[in-house]
Amino acid sequence: MASTQVNAPGTLGDDRAARARRISRRRETRSALLFISPWIIGFLVFTAWPIIYSAYLSLTDYDVINNPNYVGLENYEELFRDPDVALALWNTFFFTIIQVPVYVIVSLALALLLDKAGRASGFFRTAFFLPKMTPPVAVGILLLLLFNGQSGLINEALSWFGIDGPAWTTDPDWVKPGLIIMSLWSVGSSVIILLAALRNVPQELYDSARVDGANWWQQTRKITVPMISGALFFIFIVNTIAGFQTFTEAYTAFFGSGNTTYSNDAALFYVIYLFRQAFEFLNMGYASAMAWLLFVIIMIFTAIQIKVSRRFVYYEGEQR
Amino acid sequence: MTTQTRLDSEAAAPEPPTPRTPVRRRRRITPAKVLIWTGLILATLIFIYPFIWLISASFKPRGEVFDNKIIPETFTFDNYLNVWQEAPMALWLWNTVLVTVLAAVTVTVSSAMVAWGFAYFRFRGRNLLFGVVLATMMLPGAVTMIPQFLIWNSLGMVDTLTPLWAQNLFGSAFYIFLLRQFFLGLPRELFDAAKIDGANNWKIFTRIAMPLCKPALIITLLFEFQAIWTDLMRPLIYLRDSDNFTVPRGLKALLDQYGFGGEWHWEIVVTASVITTVPMIILFFLGQRHFVQGIATTGSKG
Repeated sequence: MASTQVNAPGTLGDDRAARARRISRRRETRSALLFISPWIIGFLVFTAWPIIYSAYLSLTDYDVINNPNYVGLENYEELFRDPDVALALWNTFFFTIIQVPVYVIVSLALALLLDKAGRASGFFRTAFFLPKMTPPVAVGILLLLLFNGQSGLINEALSWFGIDGPAWTTDPDWVKPGLIIMSLWSVGSSVIILLAALRNVPQELYDSARVDGANWWQQTRKITVPMISGALFFIFIVNTIAGFQTFTEAYTAFFGSGNTTYSNDAALFYVIYLFRQAFEFLNMGYASAMAWLLFVIIMIFTAIQIKVSRRFVYYEGEQR
Repeated sequence: MTTQTRLDSEAAAPEPPTPRTPVRRRRRITPAKVLIWTGLILATLIFIYPFIWLISASFKPRGEVFDNKIIPETFTFDNYLNVWQEAPMALWLWNTVLVTVLAAVTVTVSSAMVAWGFAYFRFRGRNLLFGVVLATMMLPGAVTMIPQFLIWNSLGMVDTLTPLWAQNLFGSAFYIFLLRQFFLGLPRELFDAAKIDGANNWKIFTRIAMPLCKPALIITLLFEFQAIWTDLMRPLIYLRDSDNFTVPRGLKALLDQYGFGGEWHWEIVVTASVITTVPMIILFFLGQRHFVQGIATTGSKG
């Protein structure tokens, strides 16, 4: 961002002006660094050093009590042998790959509805958003209560339609679907993002489409979705990254010291397993290697999504 | 939808408005409208019902918690009296308030400072440095989680509340990004004028820039308040003694003990869940406008 400096050679006056400029620029840099210094310190201590140290730890055996013991790539080799890593990866992929598209579609549907609510949209927006304010721990508890196989509200509601609901919280096949459905409860913020994007679509586009006789579905597909593709993509990518790191709701509902009643293999997500390795089994080295694998996976997925999005996402006023 | 369209164009048709009779939109119930309103009301029920269920269950005695009735058959206030005895709820709430306020205030001030540094000053390497700020947002928390714990451990701060908020002294990438966007939207002439009047950089920042960007500061405060209040992972990592718990951590402990821990006192768990959640609902209603605006802008700028 260095502003281009024109050094006019020649007179003494020019020289002096250049010097004055240089001094004022140096002063500006110093002030800037002063303002930025909190972040620089924080970055060095709580991000840069941890990155380096985590990379080092991933090559060691470390239990906090004894000194780290260098073991080379053994932790990484162990990652590929550990059946629980495979299980956790499978659970996490399964969850993310199903949850994210469903989540985006549901938020879009709700945003479209909300867009038509007219003066009442404020009320409905509040209703849709409130679950997002609920602490994830409470969401995890609600999951246990509402999805309870015998007495839960969900299965009672299903029974009105003659459906015999599954044991969501205990049947391994139904744990992840239950978690996915529960996660849809918190779509509120995505709905707000999409609603804001919808309101920015120029009305003329719809007017001219109507003149051409386009129906609602055609308008939605050909105008709305392309015009808000930027926001849709944002939600998609943010939720994918969050999905890979899903932790609190599942941990609350299926792990912890008190859990003696539920089988929890089906809810062993990657970050949960990482957390347990690090802070319950104190395998800090192994957990660090797990963290780096997660980092690589997220990077790969994000890169793929960005690449794919280039073909579909339209940003207003941007030439590609 | 086409009927709705026709209605709109009719209403918009240029009728010469006679002064006395206001132009009135004709309201017609169309199938599309019925569908939209059914959808809206159904969705609202789905979103709100868990709250109603939870609150209702918290007023039921132990045996009726799971009866799925909206109105408790036997209405009791006992759970709200017992929960304070069964657990140090008041202490947990106090801990949470303390951590949350400290975290929100420090992150707002520090992030605003850093954001201002990036928005106002011009210096070599600024974009590169700001790129680093943005890049840190991409880093999964899992990578830095363990070394950060080791730092706090070596400082003897594990099992204190400090690790839950102190890192906020150094700003947070997301808020730096958000606030910088706001600062960049302010007219530069304003600051140049203040400079000519003899204001120094600090004064320009605190007296002019900060007040002008109050909405963004409020958004930052509210977002962080919510994030810290609802967080479970950090309290799980850092807090050991139950006297130091925050409410989410305490709630998890209650679930482990009274929920599936064999004691089967779900009414306590349910009531504690309500107590944990209600402050966030209040926070939302206090700052609803800012929450909505903040989320909408992060979506469009992110």
